[in-house]
Amino acid sequence: MMAVAWATTFSLDQNCKISRHFITMKILIVEDDASASTYLDKAFREQGHVVDIASDGLDGYALASDGQYDAIIVDRMIPRMDGLSLIHGLREQKIDTPILILSALGQVDDRVKGLRAGADDYLAKPYSFSELLARVEILSRRGRSIPAEDTVYRVSDLELNRLSRRVTRSETEIDLQPREFRLLEYLMRHAGQVVTRTMLLENVWDYHFDPQTNVIDVHVSRLRAKIDKGFDNPLIHTVRGAGYTVRDSAR
Amino acid sequence: MTALGRLFRTTAFKLALIFLVIFTIFAGSILGYVAFSARHLLEEQVNLTVNEEIKGLLAQFNTGGVLRLVRQIERRSHQPGSSLYLVTTAAGETLAGNISSVDSEGLLEAGSYQLYYRVVEEGEPRPHRAIVETVILPGGFRLLVGRDLDETDRFHTIILRAAGWSILLILALALMGGLFVARRVLSRVDHMTETTRTIMAGDLSGRLAVTGTNDELDRLAQSLNAMLDRIGELMAGLREVSDNIAHDLKTPLTRLRNSAEEALRVGGSSTSYRDALEHTIEEADGLIKIFNALLMIARAEAGNVLEGMTIEDASEIARDVVELYEPFAEEAGIHLEIDAAETAPIHASRELIGQALANLIDNAIKYSSQNTMTDMDRSVIVSVKKEEKRVLLTVADRGPGIPEADMERVLERFVRLETSRTRAGSGLGLSLVAAVARLHGGTLKLEDHRPGLKAIMSVPSIP
Repeated sequence: MMAVAWATTFSLDQNCKISRHFITMKILIVEDDASASTYLDKAFREQGHVVDIASDGLDGYALASDGQYDAIIVDRMIPRMDGLSLIHGLREQKIDTPILILSALGQVDDRVKGLRAGADDYLAKPYSFSELLARVEILSRRGRSIPAEDTVYRVSDLELNRLSRRVTRSETEIDLQPREFRLLEYLMRHAGQVVTRTMLLENVWDYHFDPQTNVIDVHVSRLRAKIDKGFDNPLIHTVRGAGYTVRDSAR
Repeated sequence: MTALGRLFRTTAFKLALIFLVIFTIFAGSILGYVAFSARHLLEEQVNLTVNEEIKGLLAQFNTGGVLRLVRQIERRSHQPGSSLYLVTTAAGETLAGNISSVDSEGLLEAGSYQLYYRVVEEGEPRPHRAIVETVILPGGFRLLVGRDLDETDRFHTIILRAAGWSILLILALALMGGLFVARRVLSRVDHMTETTRTIMAGDLSGRLAVTGTNDELDRLAQSLNAMLDRIGELMAGLREVSDNIAHDLKTPLTRLRNSAEEALRVGGSSTSYRDALEHTIEEADGLIKIFNALLMIARAEAGNVLEGMTIEDASEIARDVVELYEPFAEEAGIHLEIDAAETAPIHASRELIGQALANLIDNAIKYSSQNTMTDMDRSVIVSVKKEEKRVLLTVADRGPGIPEADMERVLERFVRLETSRTRAGSGLGLSLVAAVARLHGGTLKLEDHRPGLKAIMSVPSIP
């Protein structure tokens, strides 16, 4: 099967840092469950990031108020000011630090409420750390990675023009379906970063449910067949246990 | 609180009391008015009679002088049931009449009076009331003519007594009526309270009695019963859910525990530990999926997601989901086709309808690819049709289908077939689709596709 064949081309050791293009993030975690916050603290530190922990809403608000963090992770149900009020308060103060809600409430309308309060992303508990890490990294680099307004995305010899909707590799034009184009566009916008399957489903298809099957994998392997086939230097990589990344592996 | 106290506190009894007061006042004033006017009328009559008599006697006096008057008076005063007469001189000496003594000299001044008098012969001391009129004749003679008011008074007493009795009767009847109604209402309310107590104690099968008169209590009982039915349904659903949760979560939990235990027991290299841990995470992910599906169904059943609904195009959702699954289907060797109306607007949550369709398509692909025995065409057709008031979203496959006998059962809340339970996936797919359909005011129907299964989700359309 094609998907398996390509998956073996790139596999990161679990002990390695998942993200290669490494920038240290300063993260605030607002979570009242001590074991959960300790786990997150440890996990993020292992990845080389700096973590502060607030165990209730007011502490979190105080720490977040000067806007020095790259990302804030907030549980919805915390003592002394709930998560949504905290986010609302920060947004009202024009603190636009990217915020991710981490909550046990994970239904469609919970997510809508969370995003409406001013959060940038929503992840339901229980979650996998690689998913959380990928999302936080993308959030925190919103401002630093390729600005969304760029017309042309480039990774190695792969070029994607968002206006003319043309994709070329080594000057050869590649014919993509509209959805494949959007998939590649999303991957290239976050080049160098890990993008999970659920992130792809959310951002390319705008669905938040769990598709039960590996539908996304098949889409990616199709795209991969068009982009990487016949080239020695594959650009779309599978990150085991996490998702995909577009990266120039030759460098 | 005593039984009587409770009776007096009922709304029915209080209402009866209020009506009692109103009716009593009403009856009292009618009777009072009758008594007053009757008395007035009668007294007027008496006055008139007295006047007439005086006129007649004056005529006698004018024609025959005082002698004729005296004769006339003497004759009249001895007739039975006669009026009162008295003729005196200017000095007050009695000339004729049936009045033996006058207490007050004032009576002999001209004018009209009401007074009490006693009848001498009868010997009884009861004073009679009378209206008298005195006129002064030429020569200083005084003529006094009076009329007994006894009859009028008796009539008045009768009316008063009648008023009294009728008010008493009203009181008695109203009290009895009030008590009767109050007791009737109270007993029914007591009965209701009793029933609700048993229900509160946990016996959800209890229902309030409906008498069939369709009065307000009946209607209350009916709507309470309807509410109890719904609660009963929800409770039964909940029980089923918890049973299913127990089954669906315990099975993979047991697997998870077993493999962890085995890894510990066997021990060995760090790679075997790693494999065991990876397996554990996989199982945990499976558990999370099941848990999410259960939560989602429970929420859909509770009707909580409704607030996020907007106007969506069912055809567009179907095209999106088919596009999402198309490569996957192709990989599995299945031809996934779409046949959708141009637009089919429905009031819906795109997310939920999308998920329901995804579940149906996922199932269809899985079951079709299992069908390796026959050489049937391995296609799954997704169609969106607009009917008069509905939009039909259909997913049809050529897989093994579902036995006719199980088709109804499989759609009952949380009911799954034993065979599907043991297959891969959470097995909650169809229940979830049915819950989503219900949440959109629609239904999910399964049909035999001969061969295969045809799942039809019918949702109200927007004109």
